[in-house]
Amino acid sequence: MKAKGSVFKYGDNVDTDVIIPARYLNIMDKAELATHTMEDIDTEFVKKVKKNDIMVAGKNFGCGSSREHAPMVIKESGISCVIAETFARIFYRNAINIGLPIIECEEAGKAIKAGDEVEVDFDTGKITDLTTGESFMGQAFPEFMQKIISSNGLVGYINNK
Amino acid sequence: MGMTMTQKILASHAGLNEVKAGQLIEADLDLVLGNDITSPVAINVFQGFKETKVFNKEKIALVMDHFTPSKDVKSAENVKQCREFAAAQGIVNYFDVGQMGIEHALIPEKGLAVAGDCIIGADSHTCTYGALGAFSTGVGSTDMAAGMCTGKAWFKVPSAIKFNIVGKPSEYVSGKDVILHIIGKIGVDGALYRSMEFVGEGIKNLSMDDRFTIANMAIEAGGKNGIFPVDELAVEYIKAHSKREYKVFEADPDAVYDEEITIDLSTLESTVSCPHLPENTKTITEIEKENIEVQQAVIGSCTNGRISDLRVAAKVLKGKKVAKNLRCIIIPGTQEIYLQAVKEGLVETFIEAGAIVSTPTCGPCLGGHMGILAKGERCISTTNRNFVGRMGHVDSEIYLASPAVAAASAVAGKIVRP
Repeated sequence: MKAKGSVFKYGDNVDTDVIIPARYLNIMDKAELATHTMEDIDTEFVKKVKKNDIMVAGKNFGCGSSREHAPMVIKESGISCVIAETFARIFYRNAINIGLPIIECEEAGKAIKAGDEVEVDFDTGKITDLTTGESFMGQAFPEFMQKIISSNGLVGYINNK
Repeated sequence: MGMTMTQKILASHAGLNEVKAGQLIEADLDLVLGNDITSPVAINVFQGFKETKVFNKEKIALVMDHFTPSKDVKSAENVKQCREFAAAQGIVNYFDVGQMGIEHALIPEKGLAVAGDCIIGADSHTCTYGALGAFSTGVGSTDMAAGMCTGKAWFKVPSAIKFNIVGKPSEYVSGKDVILHIIGKIGVDGALYRSMEFVGEGIKNLSMDDRFTIANMAIEAGGKNGIFPVDELAVEYIKAHSKREYKVFEADPDAVYDEEITIDLSTLESTVSCPHLPENTKTITEIEKENIEVQQAVIGSCTNGRISDLRVAAKVLKGKKVAKNLRCIIIPGTQEIYLQAVKEGLVETFIEAGAIVSTPTCGPCLGGHMGILAKGERCISTTNRNFVGRMGHVDSEIYLASPAVAAASAVAGKIVRP
């Protein structure tokens, strides 16, 4: 499985309150909720994002509130993969559980720039910046998590057991 | 190789004699928790399982606390969905307006968390129950749904940072100051994926309410959980609130820690976190010099809405008036705390001082309702997060502090020491 798209770049400690502000958490419709993705730090995101685009960030991406609405709206808005130097642990779990591909890679998180075309190969963990020609090795998932992802999330994994 | 306190609890719940940091395990759960924001998502996910019944009607708690009493139609619909699910499944611990409190103040009070438990909650501050010697951690709605269905959750066994707590804090230095100081020292990802284990002779100088506050904010340092040893004070609390059997786990003498950090309580000052990250801490001495004016003070939340928090706020506000043009909003954590505050005359003190007292709700902490900030406004708050836009407008600011500092600042109209 591969992802390929252009990059939205963010800094360190992007919290789930800015990914999807709590004032919208009474909205249960995913598509409607996703129209507010990132709006408190990037009002352009929802206007510019295209299907298969990639999000790249610094340290501790997804920190703060445990709201699953955060990875949900990122996935819903069309993002095919989030690459970060590190992820906050609840966000990491939630992304796997709902089937949003994420990859931890310090070098990629630092080097890749906004607007670059990037390709991610989930089978090998290889991240290629097609704009600069640089490539990076992300951390592959342990086998257990791969099973959850290949079952299309935790629900499928439990039902298949 | 020795195990940490957290590792021992996880091993026992996974049916293993030993676990190691990094190992993936599946653990039995003693409690699965959700609120009015995360439970509707979990209930929708739950409908996707082949299994249609929850694993145990007594080991699930649904607490309607974030946007309640329902602030609008959508919120009311979400609570209704939870109410109907609880009724259909026969869930015993469903808490609605009248019985509810802010979940992490309510669960220990109701005796639903005790030492030795393994708990998940679809709320990041579920780590609060580490104060009782339980392993408890925040998860998302899908994990909550899976927990309700199977009674199990998967975990990567964490390594730990050991915090040696020594000394005795001076008056007005509380659990909030301890944890803000620690987050300022190690950063908002300083304990990422790891346990924060608090030990040492200084623990005896921390009340249970202080310990709840400290464990509550472990997540603000990125921690998987925060945990305290089970001493006499903790046992006394558990026995007073729960009929459930508890189990005391102790770290092995040869347990391995990633780091050891000593915190001397006697050297700590009141500590304030400046916008927009909890790690941006300053001592009260530093921040007083900056003359930071505030338009709102919030005293409450799962971090600081307990009775001792209200007592200290009342002590500071007694016989004084909140500053002109400042809103002081006080939110008791639970109905029981509220009633106690009424009986002790604290509510009278607050109202006489010009503050308002609200029914328990998470409300303003996450910008839900009951005290939203306008553009350019500044709030001193005993809550746990000062992220961009957390309490309202993206151009508003939150300073995190103890109830004593928040109350003193409410009177002064600017951030000052009590």
